[in-house]
Amino acid sequence: MSSEPNEEPVEASTEVNPKPTKTGTVEKEVVLPAFEKGIADKIIEKFGTRTKVAFVKPDRVRIDVSRDDVKEVATFLRDVMNFDHAESVSGVDYPQDKQIEVVYHLGSYTDSSLSRQILVLTTRAQREENPIPGHDATKLPSLREIFYSVEFHEREIFEMFGVFFDGHPDNRRLLLPEDWADLPPLRKDFAIKGR
Amino acid sequence: MNTELPPGLALQKVDERIMTLNVGPQHPGSGHMRIIVQIDGDFIVACDPDPGYVHRGEEKMAEYRNYITNIPHLERPVIHDSCNILYPYVLGVEELLGIEVPERAKYIRVIASELNRCVYTMYWLAIYGIFLGHSTMFMWPAGDRELLIDLLEKMTGARVTHAHFVPGGVRNDLPPNFEDVCLRQVNYFEKRIKEYAAIFYDNPILIARTANTGVLSREDAIRLGTTGSVLRASGVDYDLRKKEPYDVYEELDFETNVLKEGDSYARSKIPWLDMLESCKIIRHALQKMPKSGSVRVKLKPNPKGGDASVYKRVESGRGSLGCYIVSDKKPEPYRVKLSVGSFRNLIALPYLLKGEKLGNMPSVYWSLNYWPVEADR
Repeated sequence: MSSEPNEEPVEASTEVNPKPTKTGTVEKEVVLPAFEKGIADKIIEKFGTRTKVAFVKPDRVRIDVSRDDVKEVATFLRDVMNFDHAESVSGVDYPQDKQIEVVYHLGSYTDSSLSRQILVLTTRAQREENPIPGHDATKLPSLREIFYSVEFHEREIFEMFGVFFDGHPDNRRLLLPEDWADLPPLRKDFAIKGR
Repeated sequence: MNTELPPGLALQKVDERIMTLNVGPQHPGSGHMRIIVQIDGDFIVACDPDPGYVHRGEEKMAEYRNYITNIPHLERPVIHDSCNILYPYVLGVEELLGIEVPERAKYIRVIASELNRCVYTMYWLAIYGIFLGHSTMFMWPAGDRELLIDLLEKMTGARVTHAHFVPGGVRNDLPPNFEDVCLRQVNYFEKRIKEYAAIFYDNPILIARTANTGVLSREDAIRLGTTGSVLRASGVDYDLRKKEPYDVYEELDFETNVLKEGDSYARSKIPWLDMLESCKIIRHALQKMPKSGSVRVKLKPNPKGGDASVYKRVESGRGSLGCYIVSDKKPEPYRVKLSVGSFRNLIALPYLLKGEKLGNMPSVYWSLNYWPVEADR
């Protein structure tokens, strides 16, 4: 076996064309899915330039907001747009931007027209070179009062990225050992040994 | 003094009536997890789940391997349901790379993931049985599960860690004569699990122990963001196979099981009802599947995703399973996040156990369809 970890099935079957043609992509961008565009428009109408619509794809809308506005936007999403729970909360580390992004994937059980939709709400926290989790500037307002379901997700992000959530009632470690004294492990500068 | 101790190790002051118990992580009734319960006499006044004993850093590892070599290790969090945990990852990579999957491969995936759902549920049911002291219900599912494991072994070559789904289809085509064997085994399996009703689900002792314990109301199930059988046992009709159909689920006939009670009994019954639906799905898929054709498209070596992110989700044995992939034009993903049903349902545990008797803890805990290894990732 070669060291190249590529995947070559023995019977090479149909041809694929992984990249659509140039004109194809241009046409695709013009025709935005109507329902999803309606969601994005409602948010833009309310908050104007304070929010940025990053993409509108079938069933997925992504909204970028600053850390000062995130609570207000989340309250609007819950009360007016009927998103009632968070499916997933992820952290993404961007060392070159000196920022850590927190991504909330919101869904709705109660509104049947939204059952396919995931609204992606992102915000960014300042990143410190030498983190002291909980005692440095890497802080964000907690959405736990608005979406109860983020409670354990935010605890996980606190230990894995060192993002402290202001207003979270229970900012303890969840998965890591109690005596973990290294960098938050999902940051990019924490390297796996031997890699 | 207390402030110098790391959080979690500090001793808590409790009054004379309240006793703190550590259930786990070596306790057979907790899995690989510690549950710290405070009890007043026989009643639980507070509960603090402490997962993390089987945290393996799957998400970190995924950032160091390319899209294809990530497959075998990403299924490790829940090896009994390995097809379903790979499913959102594979769907996400396909969207990133712009791959169209052949029709036959889509049917094979649906059959494999339904077989896997049953394999997982039987394992879960076996442990649920022994938690309640019902040793027949441990032996029967553990034995009948082998029928489907044999089928999956024929299909994929491995008993539990299949690594069968790849971006662009499935790894191998079905072996000759698989359809007939599969139909026969699934029919027999369905007949067997229907017999579980008489010994387990209609058993007055089981009903007396689990009915009206750990009741989760519909509003709270939604507010806590629970998923899968926990959500559907509380009267919310939400199954991703119906609500956001992936691959060929749209073309198959099945029902979503919803119960209104929201107690431990309803939560333990939903997975069993789901297995009966799975048998229907498998039979229908075998009937509709194209008899020949390719099952996999050829990928370029070391494929690179664009500058994009994708969130895909499927209905696994434990509820919605989402995978968030961020790509930055490299062969390795920039970030992979698995949002698993077990982790999402864990938030309901402190809520349900408050005020419950300590003796009801195993039945409430395991009825959440919780798999500790998956929750820790």
